[in-house]
Amino acid sequence: MTAILEIDNLHARLVGGREIVKGVSLVVNPGEVHAIMGPNGAGKSTLSSVLVGKPGYEVTQGSVTYMGRDLLALAADERARAGVFLAFQYPVEIPGVNNMYFLRAALNAVRRGRGEPELDAAQCLKAVKAKLKLLDIGDDLLKRSVNVGFSGGEKKRNEIFQMAMLEPNLAILDETDSGLDIDALRAVSNGVNQLRDPNRAIVMITHYQRLLDYIEPDFVHVLSEGRIVASGDKTMAAELEQSGYAAFGKAA
Amino acid sequence: MSMSVDTLETVRAATGDGYKYGFVTDIEADEAPPGLNEDTVRFISAKKGEPAWLLEWRIKAFRRWETMTAPNWSKLAIAPIDYQGSTYYSAPKQGPKSLDEVDPELLKTYEKLGIPLGERAALAGIAVDAVFDSVSVATTFKDTLADMGIIFCSFGEAVREHPDLIKKYLGSVVPPGDNFFSALNSAVFSDGSFAYIPPGVRCPMELSTYFRINAAKSGQFERTLLIADKGAYVSYLEGCTAPQRDEHQLHAAVVELIALEDAEIKYSTVQNWYPGDAEGRGGIYNFVTKRGACRGDRAKIAWTQVETGSAITWKYPSCLLEGDNSVGEFYSVAITNNRQQADTGTKMIHLGRNTRSTVVSKGISAGRGQNTYRGLVKVMPKADGARNYTQCDSLLIGKSCGAHTVPYIDVRTPTARVEHEATTSKISEDQLLYCQQRGLTQEEAVSLIVNGFCKDVLKELPMEFAVEAQKLLAVSLEGSVG
Repeated sequence: MTAILEIDNLHARLVGGREIVKGVSLVVNPGEVHAIMGPNGAGKSTLSSVLVGKPGYEVTQGSVTYMGRDLLALAADERARAGVFLAFQYPVEIPGVNNMYFLRAALNAVRRGRGEPELDAAQCLKAVKAKLKLLDIGDDLLKRSVNVGFSGGEKKRNEIFQMAMLEPNLAILDETDSGLDIDALRAVSNGVNQLRDPNRAIVMITHYQRLLDYIEPDFVHVLSEGRIVASGDKTMAAELEQSGYAAFGKAA
Repeated sequence: MSMSVDTLETVRAATGDGYKYGFVTDIEADEAPPGLNEDTVRFISAKKGEPAWLLEWRIKAFRRWETMTAPNWSKLAIAPIDYQGSTYYSAPKQGPKSLDEVDPELLKTYEKLGIPLGERAALAGIAVDAVFDSVSVATTFKDTLADMGIIFCSFGEAVREHPDLIKKYLGSVVPPGDNFFSALNSAVFSDGSFAYIPPGVRCPMELSTYFRINAAKSGQFERTLLIADKGAYVSYLEGCTAPQRDEHQLHAAVVELIALEDAEIKYSTVQNWYPGDAEGRGGIYNFVTKRGACRGDRAKIAWTQVETGSAITWKYPSCLLEGDNSVGEFYSVAITNNRQQADTGTKMIHLGRNTRSTVVSKGISAGRGQNTYRGLVKVMPKADGARNYTQCDSLLIGKSCGAHTVPYIDVRTPTARVEHEATTSKISEDQLLYCQQRGLTQEEAVSLIVNGFCKDVLKELPMEFAVEAQKLLAVSLEGSVG
């Protein structure tokens, strides 16, 4: 079985800055859900930024292989079209761009990447309706401008909806639980659980354990000072909740 | 919804294509000798077989122009224009009377431009008075319109067939001596379009004129006059593309609109004159005077423009709100890329009571482009209860461009209400990353964000024009990021 994501001894930093990710190695196979937990400043957001190709970061050592390809050699949009999806911690507003219009542009870009025919407006609407039903969410967000005036919960729900539409091989959820009340958390988690698939890998990056009560990971990793200092199954998250990150940091 | 694909495809198709409409048609031109004096004016008038009163009008304008100097108050850097070195008249030699007689070369040119003429026009529902160089070549749909009493023809024809209307309205909104370029135009204007909508008639189709500068060194001086009589309605579309040139070409048009009581005129422009190469060489100078007068109560004039072309744009489509409760609107998107300069905006002159005006301006600067919004809101003493709302947004792409907003507000009545809002923003890296992370290329992302930024203006355009405008935005900003 080919791994979906293989990170090998990855070192990364902001261009010209000090090293933030200091030798991360991780293998994620199809169907698996991994949680990467860690305190502020552990390197979580640098890791997700490097994985999606955000400008301003540089890899100083190590490699990232995505479905047998050198991920770091691809531009951000090429990675997306190859099936890498990031649910952003802070989804950005795009004034004047209708959410549905944006979704179709994204969907057709990704479909082009997969060698599939593009969908016209009617076909796209049909696909959207099917997914809305699956995720049990309303269509109110689709008529508005992308993320403009969305509540925290609406933004995260919209991210998961995009994920459902784009059907990535690798989904990275960056602090998806941040800023959500309990109802919104439940709705978003339910969406993610619907999207668990034997062919898809999910990497959740989170500060808090509570997300893992709703989306049960197969593996939990503790990231501290740029390194994975402990890995285990979901029971480790509960352990972490009790003893705190400090204990794990010292163990390294 | 079908636009997104169009926009994206255009970006792809245009990559590395340069200026898409840069081709030259080989047609023998009948030119006036270069230079500008009274004889030139007489030559043009004689060539067009004009009556004495119009020649006199031209001569007066020319004498006025001789006493004037080119304006220099704008932010524009303009290389000196050699008025004596230019040619002021050029026209295809034969005067075709129907499409069958039109030079096949010309029809091919239209085809390349995608201009709907004849059957294509019928399918698209557009009447086209196509201006090629200086003489109108073909006018379609005239019969349909004539049945309703609507006159839509070339300016020259209107002079011959409807001299009373021309005498009554020509220069009544933009007097020849209004400014340097309007005086020049009044002296040497070649041709243009004329439309008259009789009382109570709603023009059933969008009237459309495509302009195209062709013969080398022929500055083009269009004259457009639209009159909507009491209770009439008309929507007029003007679109421009020009072939590639290696020297500056002056384009100084004058457009006059007259809306009588309860009449409405919607005037939409997509302007795509050749902007010059990346260093700004060879682009068109677009120095245009456009003004509309709401002559009667409850009259309405709305200008919508998408300005993507020209090396230099100098243009302030304006409204004189003379009638009580009359309404003026101005919606504008102006893009400057590479070395392009634009100084554009509007003048809303409130004269009647309870007159209202709305101004929405979206300026986009990329490359080394300089984009200035210059707008005047003037409320005269008798304009009790006048209201204006102005919104000016600027979007910057890259580090070497400039955006400037210069509002002039002159209010002379205490009951007026004038609002001005302005914003300046940049396309953020986060926005680009977000779009790219969803699979869009960088150029698709820029096009999407810019179209969103311009939405308030684009939605004012008639549907078919909106599609063209979106394509233009994408092509104009090609290569502006990264």
